[in-house]
Amino acid sequence: MLPSELKPASFSSYPPLGREVAVRRINLLRQLPLSFVPLLLREVQIYDWNFPSERQEIDAQFTYLDGLTAQQLQEVMRGFTTLQLPVEMEQIDWVNSPLEFSERLSAQLWITGKIAAFRTAAIELLNRVHTSVPSRAPESSRCALVVLGQGVRENNYKLFRKLRPEGTYFTNVNPKDGLSILMEHVADCARKHPARFAHWYVDGGIPFQPVPPGVEVVAYSEIEPLRSRIVATMHGQLIQGQATEARRSGLAKLGPADFGLDTSGTNAILNRFKVSILAEGSGTQFFSTTFVQWSVRELLRRAQPLTVLARFAPRMTDLAMNEALSGSSEKPTLDADGALIDADMAAYYTWINLMRLSGASSASFLVWFEDHKEAVIVSPTTTRGGQSDQAVSISNLVDMLRIPSP
Amino acid sequence: MIASAFMDVSREISRALSFNRREFLRSATGACVASALTRSPLRAAQLPRQKKAVVVTFGGGARDNETFMTEGQENIPHLLSELLPQGTFFTQVVNRGILGHYVANASLATGVYETINNFLAAPPQNPTVFEYYRKDLNRPRTDVWIVAPSVGFERIGESLHPGYGPGLGGNVILPKRLLAAALPTGARGNYDSLLRDNYESPLYSSESATVETDLARIAGVLKLSVGDFLQNARNAQSPDELSVFVLHQLMKQFAPSLLWITLHDIDIAHAGAFSLYIDGIRRTDRLCSKIWNLIQTDPEYAGKTIMYVLPDFGRDSDMEASGNGFQHHRTGDVRSRTTWMLAIGAGVRQNVLVEHPIESTDLVPTLGSYLGFSPRFAQGKPIEFL
Repeated sequence: MLPSELKPASFSSYPPLGREVAVRRINLLRQLPLSFVPLLLREVQIYDWNFPSERQEIDAQFTYLDGLTAQQLQEVMRGFTTLQLPVEMEQIDWVNSPLEFSERLSAQLWITGKIAAFRTAAIELLNRVHTSVPSRAPESSRCALVVLGQGVRENNYKLFRKLRPEGTYFTNVNPKDGLSILMEHVADCARKHPARFAHWYVDGGIPFQPVPPGVEVVAYSEIEPLRSRIVATMHGQLIQGQATEARRSGLAKLGPADFGLDTSGTNAILNRFKVSILAEGSGTQFFSTTFVQWSVRELLRRAQPLTVLARFAPRMTDLAMNEALSGSSEKPTLDADGALIDADMAAYYTWINLMRLSGASSASFLVWFEDHKEAVIVSPTTTRGGQSDQAVSISNLVDMLRIPSP
Repeated sequence: MIASAFMDVSREISRALSFNRREFLRSATGACVASALTRSPLRAAQLPRQKKAVVVTFGGGARDNETFMTEGQENIPHLLSELLPQGTFFTQVVNRGILGHYVANASLATGVYETINNFLAAPPQNPTVFEYYRKDLNRPRTDVWIVAPSVGFERIGESLHPGYGPGLGGNVILPKRLLAAALPTGARGNYDSLLRDNYESPLYSSESATVETDLARIAGVLKLSVGDFLQNARNAQSPDELSVFVLHQLMKQFAPSLLWITLHDIDIAHAGAFSLYIDGIRRTDRLCSKIWNLIQTDPEYAGKTIMYVLPDFGRDSDMEASGNGFQHHRTGDVRSRTTWMLAIGAGVRQNVLVEHPIESTDLVPTLGSYLGFSPRFAQGKPIEFL
């Protein structure tokens, strides 16, 4: 099937909002090349479960492309049109299985050495979209808070080595009530700028209580039943002899309904996000540090929140992971020191991902070694590469994070 | 302000990628740049006749950030202080092929960018270095061994290419598969850490329909009882340690002229735990030193062997938005395609850096020049400075 053959009925299996988008834009979809349409439909197919900001991104692509003349559209799509695909690709049910198509496309691009050309075409297109339909500035300055090192008494690892050059390193922080003060800051942000999916708390262990209203929570300990079931699914795939790619595709198709989770309203969006972190992430099923890092990375990319508090906890050891894979029900051995190093790198990635969002120039970032004296703040008001040895409280640090709205 | 600082970081990393290995190594080892030197005819004339080659690949890419850049040097003390001063170091090895570990190692072994499915045990499409060597020099199968991680690699020993292929390849030995076969029922849990196979998928599958045959055959050729093998496995801290143990056994039993070992511990990075990835790099660094010491202390190898050490490719850059930094190698960006190679041993100039870029596919033609076979289907060319 080719895009020119699309009919409204082609989208009958799509959820309501996605179907409405596809049918409304069908004339445009018919004009786009096969190497591009399924990738767009992959997003449309899950439109109903996307975060508001993701929907805006998809809408922006359609708005931009629909605003082009036929000649302009041809020019913009040239990078995709020139990627000649084998005829078999047309036989794939890419309307209903766009994920399968994109995996086959990816393999084809690697084999033919065209992956770089494809990436260039995709980046150019997105740049054009962003220029034509700029992302909305955030309602208030974004803020990311990272708390790491839970359970570590003594540390010889040089923390924040990648972040210190970007901001100010504090060496004499009074840790008293640190976590509750940070949580109160998140609560304050949620009160001032209430919006669904705008404020998040991700914890790699048992979450701090109480979680303030208006804050979404994703915690490793609370997600345990879902995690166990997804690991069991992975075992099942292996026993069936499914190849790696088939296993990956199978996991990516899982949704909240497969695990008896609520699929109504906005709960569906949150539950689908949780499933995707465990089913599509690599290592998230076993290492709590990976779980937190990947969750924050994905929610920054997808939900584009105003506030995130990420707290890392000790993760299971490598050996414990093997035992878990073997189906052992023993309580896993934890590695707090290893988790500290994992989280240190994850904090750096969180800052990088924060900087990729709109309003980056007014965003602020704090990382704190829990119950210890070290912290780094990167914000428009702190000195790059600076160091402060003065005694400060967590409240003092939070005050430094308060940046006027952009 | 922050956004501009972010851009500064991006530019800084790009600059670092282009030159930092050379600058750092020069300061760390006092190495010379090869373009300023000429090949010594005396050294070449001293080459022994019974040449041997040991190729060590890392089938889990390692980035410059965690190895040869300033921030990573603490992770590779053996490479830096012991091996580099004795060898020639190539600062830019570019892999233009598919960035999957099996297919990339197959490409290294054929000198052609292979396009086989990375996750299937498919033979390379082009003749391998093992076939070229055996056919052109009329060498027996026992003279060529490959020690490899399991997934896919069992077919790396010989291609299906007309004129080469079945009967002309090297022996492939998969230590994890052997271990799985050697374990009594129910004892597997004690060895789980050595059995995990493919780090891109957290579940392992070291079983094979032919394991029992493999075990019997290999136990015979290694002159090693199952009990001794299990005892050594119990002492191994990782799959790569087990692989190096098997390599040593092969050296003692056969003294093969062409040995190829792929280390894989680093690929734990796919699980996203940075500390375990660093542990893997440090262990690999130590094992490279160990292999070199095995070569140096074995009369069959000492003075007549070149060891080549190279990652199959790198990993994604921190700054590549579509990736997740060190965790994967899926973006195809510059950092994931660019790596390095160390050559050390008989006739190789010492303490020399070569900045001139080479490609992964140049390894086989280089081995051809050294060992004396014609890699007629390889795409690469012999490396000028070796």
